[in-house]
Amino acid sequence: MYHKEKSIQIKNSASALYNNLGVLRIAPRRLTYFTVVHANVVNMVSASWDGLNYSHRQLQSKEPNVATSTSLITQAAFCALPSRDMLVVTSQKGIQMYESDGSIMVYWHALDTPETTTELLCVPAQAVFARGISAVCESYICVGLSTGAILVFDVPSKGSNITLSDVIEGHKESITDMASECCGGEVCIADLVSADDGGNLCVWKSGEEFKLLNHIPGFDISCSSVKLWKGTVVAGYGTGQIRLYEAVTGILHAEINAHARWIYSLDIAPFSGLLLSAAEDSLVRVWHLTMTPESHSVEIAHLHNECVTDTQICGAKFCDSDGYAFAVTGYDLSEIIRYTQS
Amino acid sequence: MSVRTLPLVFINLGGEMLYILDQRLQALNTSEDNSEKVMNDIVGAMFSKDFMDELLKPQQLYSHRTLKTVLTRLAHASIMRLNQASMDKLYELMVMAFKYQVFLCPRPKDLLLITYNHIDTIREFVRHTPVVVNQVDETQRKIIEVYSSLPEGEFQLLRQTLLIFFQDMHVRVSLFLQNKVQNPNGRFALSASGPVPHGIDVPGLIRMFDRKGREVRRGEFPTGGSYTSPIRQGCFELHGDRVIRLGMNMYTGNNPEETHTSKASSVKKDDAPNLLAKEELNLLARLMGSMKAENTPETETGFRINLFTTDQEEEDAGASGGAEQSLFGVINIQAMQDEQAATQLARIAGQFAEGDKLPEDLSSSKGDDLLAMMDDL
Repeated sequence: MYHKEKSIQIKNSASALYNNLGVLRIAPRRLTYFTVVHANVVNMVSASWDGLNYSHRQLQSKEPNVATSTSLITQAAFCALPSRDMLVVTSQKGIQMYESDGSIMVYWHALDTPETTTELLCVPAQAVFARGISAVCESYICVGLSTGAILVFDVPSKGSNITLSDVIEGHKESITDMASECCGGEVCIADLVSADDGGNLCVWKSGEEFKLLNHIPGFDISCSSVKLWKGTVVAGYGTGQIRLYEAVTGILHAEINAHARWIYSLDIAPFSGLLLSAAEDSLVRVWHLTMTPESHSVEIAHLHNECVTDTQICGAKFCDSDGYAFAVTGYDLSEIIRYTQS
Repeated sequence: MSVRTLPLVFINLGGEMLYILDQRLQALNTSEDNSEKVMNDIVGAMFSKDFMDELLKPQQLYSHRTLKTVLTRLAHASIMRLNQASMDKLYELMVMAFKYQVFLCPRPKDLLLITYNHIDTIREFVRHTPVVVNQVDETQRKIIEVYSSLPEGEFQLLRQTLLIFFQDMHVRVSLFLQNKVQNPNGRFALSASGPVPHGIDVPGLIRMFDRKGREVRRGEFPTGGSYTSPIRQGCFELHGDRVIRLGMNMYTGNNPEETHTSKASSVKKDDAPNLLAKEELNLLARLMGSMKAENTPETETGFRINLFTTDQEEEDAGASGGAEQSLFGVINIQAMQDEQAATQLARIAGQFAEGDKLPEDLSSSKGDDLLAMMDDL
């Protein structure tokens, strides 16, 4: 169904982080941007569709001051809003927002961490970091925190006047991933889902004040990757399971024993309903989701497997909305592996 | 990211260090008394209450340089001396072994079982010295207390922090290549078969439910692997069957080639900047200060141990022209402890003793002293 294409070499290897691949397709310029996190650096590659031009850029995590040690990056993701695309980078120290080509940093939000330079013992007993990034509908970018809180930023259609407009609390454990869907002309009931280290899922409706629509409890197993598609939450867990829930009611549609190890990345191609899952077991699987409106249910069928030998996969994303091509990153691997439909 | 890595890092890396030293001591027919002394001294320093208490404080994992400095100091708690090249080689071996264990760890929580495997073997090394055994037991009790209640997600964060720390290290180790756990390109082999970790279901099943939660259909899909049911879970108590074998002593004792290493073509350089961040220097000072300064009496005879080669190979390597880094390092064990180094270290460590206010600006001379000392080790 898919065959392997020429890989893109990147400057550094990928780190073992959830959802460690960002993809942004720029159709007017016939380019695709990819981002891969390596420790405190984001490797960006801009690849032309004809396969002839690749240009590289590296973004560093922002250090608040010289006295502190390096800030590790937890995630880099593109946020596609109607008026502009942005690249958001989350780290131990804060949240950086760039124009989508990584050329200018337009916003920096520092996390509240106690000053560690003055008092040796004033270090929090829990790790502090931001993780989980999603654009939501017209003008919001949401970012999760290790405390479980979610920051909601209001993004104007141009310029750097980004403001923190809300802090929503729905989780008690570290946020792992977030996802949204914008239904275009149709009315969406739910437009954001957030997941945490306990496997709990929160479903939200965006607006001036975000409203919690539903809370789907977990089983003490991290949900490391989550997607929202046609009102269905698709969640990947540390047990290698994928579960499909109806977002607003929490009804479980399906449960799949998909992988033998921790799932690190899920992605959906919205036009075709193709689902990609990737895990530490070195496998990437392609599935097909179908909605049956009469029974209000979702069905899932398995289509294809790819094995990346000896590699714990940490990122997998479709390169287009139909799922015609997808890309994969793995821990310690300095390349982005690509597959295209045969 | 994770602030709980240091105790596990030191116990596991220290454990690997002891495995290698034990193998060398045995292979060279070192007297039991001398072997025991070396082991007791190092284990005593590593599992000392003060040192462990410092490690158990929540803090970041810093650079390889800091880690190597502290591990060298630990090794010097015995009558053994390591030159820079030997320590570098030893460190590579230790780190590759631990990287392998962390990489293949079935569930993040099994990092504890790997740690307990190391502790179990360490306890065996010092079994004739009850004082040291007690220290080991006490440390393990503290580890059990601190880590047993951590949720799986936090263990995965810990594991991810370690994997980032070990990233890009692909030193080839003969023992791993022989056992086919490592490929010639330096990467570890990951199998798509065998038992799934405890608590995970064998992949292949799809279950669909109706709106009332009743299962309405089951299906199977081809997994591309051949997985089997999980085996029993290992024991997380002070003593018990750990079940998983990662973290157990892989070295058999008689084979010097087991510890041969060679770098893969792309070598990761330790690119830590020369100036360590203030936080990191603070940690280094605290750890050094918390270690017991050993006062070993002089022994009559010195003895020399080759860690990595036979005498003949070492001569050949030396004769074949000086590469800046000789391929094979030699660990010299001297009879006398280097008293001068120990006093200087104690003095510097004493300047950062707890309760003293740190100088306003970490003046360059003090910083340089500490760094110079690291380079001299």
